[in-house]
Amino acid sequence: MGSEAQVHVETLALREQFDTEAQQKDASTLGMWLFLITEVMFFGGMFTAYTVYRRAYSDVFAVASSSLNVAIGAINTAVLLVSSFTMAMAVRAAQLGRRKTLILFLVATLIFGGIFLGVKAYEWNEKFEQHHVPGPSFHLEGVPQQGRAQLFFSLYFAMTGLHALHMVVGVAILSWLIWMAHKGRFTAQYNTPVDVAGLYWHFVDIIWIFLFPLLYLIDRHLPK
Amino acid sequence: MTEHIDSIRTYTLVLLALLALTAATTLVAFVDLGEFSVVAALAIAVCKMLLVALFFMHVRHSTKLTKLVVLGGLLWLVILLMLTLSDFVTRGWIGVPGR
Repeated sequence: MGSEAQVHVETLALREQFDTEAQQKDASTLGMWLFLITEVMFFGGMFTAYTVYRRAYSDVFAVASSSLNVAIGAINTAVLLVSSFTMAMAVRAAQLGRRKTLILFLVATLIFGGIFLGVKAYEWNEKFEQHHVPGPSFHLEGVPQQGRAQLFFSLYFAMTGLHALHMVVGVAILSWLIWMAHKGRFTAQYNTPVDVAGLYWHFVDIIWIFLFPLLYLIDRHLPK
Repeated sequence: MTEHIDSIRTYTLVLLALLALTAATTLVAFVDLGEFSVVAALAIAVCKMLLVALFFMHVRHSTKLTKLVVLGGLLWLVILLMLTLSDFVTRGWIGVPGR
Protein backbone atom coordinates (compact mmCIF):
# COMPACT_ATOMS: atom_id res chain seq x y z
CA MET A 1 0.00 0.00 0.00
CA GLY A 2 1.10 3.54 -0.66
CA SER A 3 3.86 2.56 -3.03
CA GLU A 4 1.70 2.59 -6.19
CA ALA A 5 2.67 5.38 -8.55
CA GLN A 6 -0.90 6.34 -9.28
CA VAL A 7 -4.30 5.32 -8.00
CA HIS A 8 -6.91 6.03 -10.65
CA VAL A 9 -10.09 7.29 -9.03
CA GLU A 10 -13.00 6.74 -11.41
CA THR A 11 -15.69 9.43 -11.56
CA LEU A 12 -18.75 9.96 -13.76
CA ALA A 13 -16.89 12.67 -15.64
CA LEU A 14 -13.74 10.58 -16.05
CA ARG A 15 -14.13 6.87 -16.64
CA GLU A 16 -11.14 4.60 -16.47
CA GLN A 17 -10.68 4.22 -20.23
CA PHE A 18 -10.25 7.95 -20.90
CA ASP A 19 -7.20 10.14 -20.34
CA THR A 20 -9.01 13.40 -19.64
CA GLU A 21 -12.54 14.64 -18.97
CA ALA A 22 -12.45 16.61 -22.22
CA GLN A 23 -11.58 13.45 -24.15
CA GLN A 24 -14.51 11.58 -22.61
CA LYS A 25 -16.90 14.43 -23.41
CA ASP A 26 -15.67 14.70 -27.02
CA ALA A 27 -16.11 10.95 -27.47
CA SER A 28 -19.74 11.16 -26.27
CA THR A 29 -20.50 14.11 -28.54
CA LEU A 30 -18.96 12.37 -31.53
CA GLY A 31 -20.91 9.18 -30.80
CA MET A 32 -24.19 11.10 -30.67
CA TRP A 33 -23.41 12.87 -33.94
CA LEU A 34 -22.67 9.53 -35.63
CA PHE A 35 -26.09 8.30 -34.48
CA LEU A 36 -27.73 11.50 -35.75
CA ILE A 37 -26.06 11.01 -39.14
CA THR A 38 -27.72 7.58 -39.41
CA GLU A 39 -31.00 9.34 -38.55
CA VAL A 40 -30.36 11.88 -41.32
CA MET A 41 -30.12 8.99 -43.79
CA PHE A 42 -33.21 7.32 -42.26
CA PHE A 43 -35.35 10.43 -42.79
CA GLY A 44 -33.40 11.18 -46.00
CA GLY A 45 -34.94 8.13 -47.70
CA MET A 46 -38.42 9.49 -46.96
CA PHE A 47 -37.55 12.99 -48.13
CA THR A 48 -36.19 11.43 -51.35
CA ALA A 49 -39.39 9.41 -51.89
CA TYR A 50 -41.46 12.56 -51.27
CA THR A 51 -39.36 14.53 -53.78
CA VAL A 52 -39.68 11.86 -56.48
CA TYR A 53 -43.49 11.52 -56.15
CA ARG A 54 -44.11 15.22 -55.74
CA ARG A 55 -42.25 15.72 -59.02
CA ALA A 56 -44.19 12.93 -60.75
CA TYR A 57 -47.70 13.90 -59.52
CA SER A 58 -47.18 17.62 -58.85
CA ASP A 59 -50.77 18.72 -59.64
CA VAL A 60 -52.43 16.20 -57.29
CA PHE A 61 -49.79 16.78 -54.59
CA ALA A 62 -50.45 20.55 -54.81
CA VAL A 63 -54.18 20.08 -54.08
CA ALA A 64 -53.50 17.55 -51.30
CA SER A 65 -50.77 19.70 -49.71
CA SER A 66 -53.02 22.79 -49.78
CA SER A 67 -55.68 20.91 -47.77
CA LEU A 68 -53.37 20.96 -44.73
CA ASN A 69 -53.89 23.71 -42.13
CA VAL A 70 -51.06 26.27 -42.52
CA ALA A 71 -51.89 28.25 -39.37
CA ILE A 72 -51.70 25.16 -37.14
CA GLY A 73 -48.50 24.03 -38.88
CA ALA A 74 -46.83 27.42 -38.40
CA ILE A 75 -47.87 27.67 -34.73
CA ASN A 76 -46.60 24.16 -34.07
CA THR A 77 -43.29 25.05 -35.74
CA ALA A 78 -42.98 28.02 -33.38
CA VAL A 79 -43.79 25.79 -30.38
CA LEU A 80 -41.06 23.35 -31.38
CA LEU A 81 -38.51 26.14 -31.93
CA VAL A 82 -39.28 27.53 -28.46
CA SER A 83 -38.79 24.02 -27.03
CA SER A 84 -35.37 23.91 -28.71
CA PHE A 85 -34.54 27.25 -27.10
CA THR A 86 -35.55 26.00 -23.64
CA MET A 87 -33.47 22.84 -24.26
CA ALA A 88 -30.43 24.98 -25.16
CA MET A 89 -31.02 26.97 -21.96
CA ALA A 90 -31.26 23.68 -19.99
CA VAL A 91 -27.87 22.59 -21.37
CA ARG A 92 -26.46 26.00 -20.41
CA ALA A 93 -27.83 25.64 -16.87
CA ALA A 94 -26.24 22.19 -16.66
CA GLN A 95 -22.88 23.56 -17.83
CA LEU A 96 -23.06 26.18 -15.09
CA GLY A 97 -24.10 23.55 -12.54
CA ARG A 98 -27.39 25.29 -11.70
CA ARG A 99 -29.64 22.43 -10.68
CA LYS A 100 -32.93 24.29 -10.16
CA THR A 101 -32.64 26.24 -13.43
CA LEU A 102 -31.78 23.00 -15.23
CA ILE A 103 -34.92 21.26 -13.92
CA LEU A 104 -37.04 24.33 -14.76
CA PHE A 105 -35.89 24.44 -18.39
CA LEU A 106 -36.13 20.65 -18.82
CA VAL A 107 -39.74 20.78 -17.59
CA ALA A 108 -40.45 23.71 -19.94
CA THR A 109 -39.02 21.71 -22.86
CA LEU A 110 -41.17 18.73 -21.86
CA ILE A 111 -44.29 20.94 -21.78
CA PHE A 112 -43.62 22.50 -25.21
CA GLY A 113 -42.87 19.05 -26.65
CA GLY A 114 -46.18 17.85 -25.18
CA ILE A 115 -48.05 20.79 -26.73
CA PHE A 116 -46.52 19.96 -30.14
CA LEU A 117 -47.66 16.33 -29.86
CA GLY A 118 -51.14 17.40 -28.71
CA VAL A 119 -51.58 19.72 -31.69
CA LYS A 120 -50.28 16.96 -33.99
CA ALA A 121 -52.85 14.54 -32.54
CA TYR A 122 -55.59 17.14 -33.16
CA GLU A 123 -54.45 17.50 -36.78
CA TRP A 124 -54.40 13.74 -37.35
CA ASN A 125 -57.86 13.40 -35.83
CA GLU A 126 -59.06 16.07 -38.27
CA LYS A 127 -57.68 13.96 -41.14
CA PHE A 128 -59.73 10.97 -39.96
CA GLU A 129 -62.89 13.10 -39.81
CA GLN A 130 -62.27 14.52 -43.30
CA HIS A 131 -61.56 11.04 -44.78
CA HIS A 132 -58.02 12.12 -45.64
CA VAL A 133 -56.49 8.95 -44.20
CA PRO A 134 -55.37 6.44 -46.88
CA GLY A 135 -57.71 3.46 -46.94
CA PRO A 136 -61.13 2.33 -48.23
CA SER A 137 -62.97 5.49 -47.05
CA PHE A 138 -60.39 7.91 -48.47
CA HIS A 139 -61.74 10.87 -50.40
CA LEU A 140 -60.16 14.20 -51.40
CA GLU A 141 -62.37 16.79 -53.11
CA GLY A 142 -61.44 18.03 -56.57
CA VAL A 143 -58.97 15.30 -57.48
CA PRO A 144 -59.73 12.77 -60.23
CA GLN A 145 -56.77 10.52 -59.31
CA GLN A 146 -57.60 9.46 -55.74
CA GLY A 147 -54.70 6.98 -55.69
CA ARG A 148 -52.15 9.74 -56.16
CA ALA A 149 -53.79 11.81 -53.42
CA GLN A 150 -53.60 8.77 -51.11
CA LEU A 151 -49.90 8.58 -51.90
CA PHE A 152 -49.45 12.14 -50.63
CA PHE A 153 -51.27 11.36 -47.39
CA SER A 154 -49.36 8.07 -46.99
CA LEU A 155 -46.12 10.06 -47.15
CA TYR A 156 -47.61 12.74 -44.87
CA PHE A 157 -48.53 10.20 -42.18
CA ALA A 158 -45.27 8.25 -42.53
CA MET A 159 -43.11 11.38 -42.24
CA THR A 160 -45.03 13.24 -39.52
CA GLY A 161 -45.65 9.92 -37.73
CA LEU A 162 -41.97 9.00 -37.65
CA HIS A 163 -41.17 12.54 -36.51
CA ALA A 164 -43.78 12.31 -33.73
CA LEU A 165 -42.34 8.93 -32.68
CA HIS A 166 -38.98 10.64 -32.26
CA MET A 167 -40.71 13.33 -30.19
CA VAL A 168 -42.23 10.66 -27.92
CA VAL A 169 -38.76 9.13 -27.42
CA GLY A 170 -37.48 12.66 -26.70
CA VAL A 171 -40.19 13.18 -24.09
CA ALA A 172 -39.17 9.90 -22.41
CA ILE A 173 -35.51 11.00 -22.39
CA LEU A 174 -36.50 14.39 -20.94
CA SER A 175 -38.48 12.71 -18.15
CA TRP A 176 -35.45 10.60 -17.26
CA LEU A 177 -33.21 13.70 -17.31
CA ILE A 178 -35.60 15.57 -15.00
CA TRP A 179 -35.57 12.65 -12.57
CA MET A 180 -31.76 12.43 -12.65
CA ALA A 181 -31.38 16.22 -12.32
CA HIS A 182 -33.77 16.08 -9.37
CA LYS A 183 -31.49 13.49 -7.73
CA GLY A 184 -28.54 15.84 -8.27
CA ARG A 185 -26.70 13.62 -10.76
CA PHE A 186 -25.55 16.48 -13.01
CA THR A 187 -22.88 18.98 -12.07
CA ALA A 188 -20.77 21.61 -13.84
CA GLN A 189 -18.13 18.84 -14.23
CA TYR A 190 -20.50 16.12 -15.43
CA ASN A 191 -23.48 17.01 -17.64
CA THR A 192 -22.86 14.97 -20.79
CA PRO A 193 -26.30 13.23 -20.76
CA VAL A 194 -28.06 16.62 -20.81
CA ASP A 195 -25.77 17.88 -23.58
CA VAL A 196 -26.18 14.77 -25.73
CA ALA A 197 -29.98 14.62 -25.20
CA GLY A 198 -30.01 18.26 -26.29
CA LEU A 199 -28.34 17.30 -29.58
CA TYR A 200 -31.08 14.70 -30.16
CA TRP A 201 -33.88 17.16 -29.36
CA HIS A 202 -32.45 19.83 -31.69
CA PHE A 203 -32.05 17.24 -34.45
CA VAL A 204 -35.76 16.34 -34.23
CA ASP A 205 -36.45 20.08 -34.44
CA ILE A 206 -34.37 20.33 -37.63
CA ILE A 207 -36.36 17.50 -39.24
CA TRP A 208 -39.57 19.46 -38.59
CA ILE A 209 -37.92 22.63 -39.98
CA PHE A 210 -37.80 20.78 -43.34
CA LEU A 211 -41.11 18.90 -43.00
CA PHE A 212 -43.15 22.07 -42.42
CA PRO A 213 -42.35 23.90 -45.71
CA LEU A 214 -42.21 20.72 -47.80
CA LEU A 215 -45.55 19.33 -46.62
CA TYR A 216 -47.55 22.48 -45.85
CA LEU A 217 -46.17 25.37 -47.87
CA ILE A 218 -44.55 24.90 -51.25
CA ASP A 219 -47.73 24.72 -53.37
CA ARG A 220 -49.75 27.43 -51.63
CA HIS A 221 -49.19 30.02 -54.36
CA LEU A 222 -50.80 27.86 -57.05
CA PRO A 223 -54.36 28.76 -58.13
CA LYS A 224 -56.91 26.38 -56.67
CA MET B 1 -11.90 21.12 -25.70
CA THR B 2 -12.43 23.96 -23.27
CA GLU B 3 -16.15 24.32 -22.74
CA HIS B 4 -17.79 27.38 -24.25
CA ILE B 5 -20.90 28.67 -22.54
CA ASP B 6 -22.98 30.94 -24.75
CA SER B 7 -24.85 33.88 -23.24
CA ILE B 8 -28.63 33.99 -22.74
CA ARG B 9 -28.59 36.95 -25.15
CA THR B 10 -27.11 34.79 -27.94
CA TYR B 11 -29.72 32.05 -27.48
CA THR B 12 -32.55 34.58 -27.35
CA LEU B 13 -31.39 36.28 -30.56
CA VAL B 14 -31.16 32.89 -32.31
CA LEU B 15 -34.71 32.04 -31.17
CA LEU B 16 -36.05 35.39 -32.45
CA ALA B 17 -34.29 34.85 -35.79
CA LEU B 18 -35.81 31.35 -36.05
CA LEU B 19 -39.32 32.63 -35.30
CA ALA B 20 -38.89 35.49 -37.81
CA LEU B 21 -37.75 33.02 -40.49
CA THR B 22 -40.79 30.81 -39.74
CA ALA B 23 -43.09 33.80 -40.27
CA ALA B 24 -41.16 34.71 -43.44
CA THR B 25 -41.40 31.23 -44.97
CA THR B 26 -45.13 31.05 -44.18
CA LEU B 27 -45.89 34.45 -45.73
CA VAL B 28 -43.67 34.02 -48.80
CA ALA B 29 -45.44 30.73 -49.56
CA PHE B 30 -48.57 32.68 -50.53
CA VAL B 31 -46.65 34.87 -53.00
CA ASP B 32 -46.49 33.47 -56.51
CA LEU B 33 -42.78 32.96 -57.20
CA GLY B 34 -43.40 30.14 -59.68
CA GLU B 35 -40.62 27.56 -59.58
CA PHE B 36 -38.74 29.67 -57.04
CA SER B 37 -41.22 29.09 -54.21
CA VAL B 38 -39.53 25.73 -53.58
CA VAL B 39 -36.11 27.40 -53.71
CA ALA B 40 -37.22 30.12 -51.28
CA ALA B 41 -38.75 27.57 -48.86
CA LEU B 42 -35.65 25.37 -48.89
CA ALA B 43 -33.23 28.33 -48.61
CA ILE B 44 -35.06 29.55 -45.48
CA ALA B 45 -35.15 25.99 -44.06
CA VAL B 46 -31.38 25.62 -44.59
CA CYS B 47 -30.78 28.96 -42.80
CA LYS B 48 -32.88 27.72 -39.86
CA MET B 49 -31.00 24.42 -39.83
CA LEU B 50 -27.67 26.25 -39.73
CA LEU B 51 -28.83 28.46 -36.84
CA VAL B 52 -29.97 25.44 -34.81
CA ALA B 53 -26.87 23.37 -35.62
CA LEU B 54 -24.25 26.10 -35.13
CA PHE B 55 -25.71 27.72 -32.00
CA PHE B 56 -28.10 25.33 -30.21
CA MET B 57 -26.09 22.20 -31.09
CA HIS B 58 -22.75 23.98 -30.48
CA VAL B 59 -21.19 22.90 -33.78
CA ARG B 60 -19.37 26.27 -33.73
CA HIS B 61 -17.39 25.13 -30.70
CA SER B 62 -17.11 21.45 -31.63
CA THR B 63 -13.90 19.60 -32.40
CA LYS B 64 -12.70 19.39 -36.01
CA LEU B 65 -13.53 15.68 -36.01
CA THR B 66 -17.18 16.34 -35.08
CA LYS B 67 -17.46 19.05 -37.75
CA LEU B 68 -16.00 16.64 -40.32
CA VAL B 69 -18.50 13.93 -39.34
CA VAL B 70 -21.42 16.38 -39.67
CA LEU B 71 -20.26 17.51 -43.12
CA GLY B 72 -19.61 13.90 -44.15
CA GLY B 73 -23.16 12.95 -43.15
CA LEU B 74 -24.64 15.77 -45.21
CA LEU B 75 -22.46 14.68 -48.13
CA TRP B 76 -24.02 11.19 -48.02
CA LEU B 77 -27.49 12.76 -47.97
CA VAL B 78 -26.56 14.76 -51.09
CA ILE B 79 -25.34 11.56 -52.78
CA LEU B 80 -28.67 9.86 -51.94
CA LEU B 81 -30.70 12.74 -53.40
CA MET B 82 -28.49 13.44 -56.43
CA LEU B 83 -28.15 9.85 -57.63
CA THR B 84 -31.86 9.11 -57.17
CA LEU B 85 -32.97 12.31 -58.91
CA SER B 86 -30.41 11.94 -61.70
CA ASP B 87 -32.39 8.80 -62.59
CA PHE B 88 -35.96 10.14 -62.23
CA VAL B 89 -35.31 13.59 -63.73
CA THR B 90 -33.54 12.31 -66.85
CA ARG B 91 -36.08 9.59 -67.72
CA GLY B 92 -37.54 10.32 -71.14
CA TRP B 93 -34.71 12.63 -72.19
CA ILE B 94 -33.47 10.09 -74.73
CA GLY B 95 -35.78 7.91 -76.78
CA VAL B 96 -35.22 4.22 -76.15
CA PRO B 97 -35.48 2.17 -79.38
CA GLY B 98 -38.35 -0.29 -79.24
CA ARG B 99 -40.42 1.68 -76.67
